[in-house]
Amino acid sequence: MPLSRLSSPFLSGTSRVTLHMLQLLLALVPAVIALVYFFGPSVLITMTLAVVVALLAEALMLKLRGRPLKPFLTDGSAIVTAVLLAIALPPLAPWWLTVVGILFAIIFAKHLYGGLGYNPFNPAMVAYVLLLISFPLEMTTWLPVASLSEHPLDFAGAFHVIFNGQLVSGLSFDTVSGATPLDAMKTQIGLLQHPSYIAQQPLFGLFAGKGWEWINIWLALGGAFLIARRVISWHIPVAMLLGLTTISLITWLIAPETTGSPLFHLLSGGTMLGAFFIATDPVTAATTIKGRIVFGAGVGLLTYIIRVWGGYPDGVAFAVLLMNMLVPLIDYYTQPKVYGG
Amino acid sequence: MTTPLGSFPGGLVLDGQKKRSTYDAIRKTPLSKKLILPLQQHIGEASEPIVQVGDKVLKGQKIARADGHVSVYLHAPSSGTVTAIDEQPIPHPSGLSAPCITIETDGEDRWVDLEETPDFTTLSEHEIRHRIREAGIVGLGGAGFPSFIKLNPGVHHTVETLIINGVECEPYITCDDMIMRERAEGILDGIEIMRYALRVNKCIIAIEDNKPEAISAMELALARRTELHDTNIVAIPTRYPTGSEKQLIQVVTGKQVPSNGLPIDIGIVCHNVGTSYAIGRAITHGEPLISRIVTVTGIDVTHAGNFETLFGTPMHELLSFCETRREANEPFILGGPMMGYNLSGDHLPVTKTANCILVGVDNAAPKTDPLPCIRCGECATACPVSLLPQQLYWYSRSKELEKTREYNLFDCIECGCCSYVCPSKIPLVHYFRFAKTETMNQELETQKADNARIRHENRLERHEAEKKEKEERQRQRKLALAATKAAKEKEAAEKAKTADPQPDSQEQ
Repeated sequence: MPLSRLSSPFLSGTSRVTLHMLQLLLALVPAVIALVYFFGPSVLITMTLAVVVALLAEALMLKLRGRPLKPFLTDGSAIVTAVLLAIALPPLAPWWLTVVGILFAIIFAKHLYGGLGYNPFNPAMVAYVLLLISFPLEMTTWLPVASLSEHPLDFAGAFHVIFNGQLVSGLSFDTVSGATPLDAMKTQIGLLQHPSYIAQQPLFGLFAGKGWEWINIWLALGGAFLIARRVISWHIPVAMLLGLTTISLITWLIAPETTGSPLFHLLSGGTMLGAFFIATDPVTAATTIKGRIVFGAGVGLLTYIIRVWGGYPDGVAFAVLLMNMLVPLIDYYTQPKVYGG
Repeated sequence: MTTPLGSFPGGLVLDGQKKRSTYDAIRKTPLSKKLILPLQQHIGEASEPIVQVGDKVLKGQKIARADGHVSVYLHAPSSGTVTAIDEQPIPHPSGLSAPCITIETDGEDRWVDLEETPDFTTLSEHEIRHRIREAGIVGLGGAGFPSFIKLNPGVHHTVETLIINGVECEPYITCDDMIMRERAEGILDGIEIMRYALRVNKCIIAIEDNKPEAISAMELALARRTELHDTNIVAIPTRYPTGSEKQLIQVVTGKQVPSNGLPIDIGIVCHNVGTSYAIGRAITHGEPLISRIVTVTGIDVTHAGNFETLFGTPMHELLSFCETRREANEPFILGGPMMGYNLSGDHLPVTKTANCILVGVDNAAPKTDPLPCIRCGECATACPVSLLPQQLYWYSRSKELEKTREYNLFDCIECGCCSYVCPSKIPLVHYFRFAKTETMNQELETQKADNARIRHENRLERHEAEKKEKEERQRQRKLALAATKAAKEKEAAEKAKTADPQPDSQEQ
């Protein structure tokens, strides 16, 4: 093979950005299947819509910025952003919510900062937070798991909900929607219910929310696959989960009436998605080994603090964005010791 | 056999591709009609020619002498006539030309008289170093640093361990492997001499464990030498870049050479197996360094192997001897695929540091443009020196040279691990070389500017001093003048007084 480089090394490993992204998507497959199983097929529709809009927005921005289309459209990063946001959105999210979120993620959070590799904040989480703040009602209207629902959504029903904003049966959303387990836990602790009592309600399963716990377990297994394939390193997920476990365990031991169990927090909401797929986004995370541990632990702590003492039921997105801000500082103070230095 | 005591972070497990060139024994490259010998084949000052055009020379005869401390002698690799002493293209990444001596060989290959010393202990350490310098021996691992300097620890250092580097961690290259398999005795001769010159007993021969034949050959030879009882072979796990001096020291001893320091600072001296062999030949048989073993290999080479080649042999003769599928002017690599450099002209001569000629590699870096850095940190994980290549890349790209220094750019050994693992295929080492050169140029500029400033200030001072001196002189002169004037006036007044005693009354 003729040499293409001007200087050594002339060899190159098999690692490719696109390959990383593809493996990431592959690792999400079991969790998406679980999502469909528990909350109906609407996530697939939202995901398809998100991917299409993301690729269009990416192409538009590349065109405007005078960048080549092919290498950047095929790098897979826009698709990953779209899929991650789609997984985080509620199953009844109307089409425009997805579109607004994706456009903001790709145009503002990614390309206005310089595109792939240059964005300081995770685009999917920026979009998620924007939507959460701007459209709190739509963003918190979740479905209970299919087995609990009297009106489980089929494919046509989901399509109707997303694009027409109403149920096929003509019933209002209130009859089908419900709080997420995290939300329920937070509200009812606010009403001075004991967490162990709350956890006995039908909304909850073995360890955490019914359905949610399995989705989180599948996400964690997908994450383990990524670590085994060396797409991500173990430092951030392990640090984040340990951070979350430590603070929730301490609070749970001291004041069990104020918080769910550590296991509940580990398997609820966006914990595993955040730990393995969001906080590990290389572009926006810390890069040194020690830095990654600090970064991950910070995300874990902040997630818990926001969930339990903050105003929102889940805190992963905010925690990631807050820690994103600290990355330059963390990286600066965690430089490794150089050979012979 | 002993076991390694340490390890280094990062590194790579690469496909060695060694078997391509180890099927056949070492062969001799046919004598070339023309030998081109660059005067500088080592680190330091170029040698100074001591022959003239038209001179007849014998094989092994000195044709250039060491010029300055960091320099060595150069010898005629075969008998013949000096036909030119002029600038010729040399194997260098920049494609430079440099002064060379060209010899047209007469085919007789007649040796000069050699001074044999069967018992090297009759020589002093100083004499041994001197002979090694006169034999033109430099580090044959690739760097080409004059070996006699590394055998002179000086009065401030004591050597505790001599490490013989038979690691050969770069893919494709097998010249050290083959020399260990075939000439283990000669290598041990060199080790004995070096131990004597360094006054050290402990010696470790480090060989990567992907070379079992070399390890057993060396062990067999070592078992027969009772005088080398403190010499041990250590099989090192195969991992690139273990062969790099600092990494090897870390693996073998668990110690680190201080940043900006030398191995001797921690009592260690490293020499390559090929160098050791050359030292043995030079002292025991009096043979100067006139040839080396060159690996010719690569996926486009039909008869890959190792060839004992006289210095100055044009590379195209070696390449046609091995038959390649290389197209005319297609670039090839001198050295290994990770740290070598590419050449396109094949009329360049084989020099003392040419360990491998590589035509065609598997898994070559792709032609596509690199993607932006996605900050994945793979490069930092792979770096054997624990640098942060990604940060260095940002700062090199934006020419923030100050920052690259803060991130220890000059500790980078340019092993290429970072570029290899980069998923965006960024040629990171390329940027680091650029930043290093840029920094050095800048320093040179600053140095020049400083010199100019100091010169200017000195000039101003000088002028000032001259001016002061002038003023002082003027003042003195004025004073003197005034004094004489005053004296004259006084004299005149006195004269007037005597001539006209009442001048005042006249005026009134």
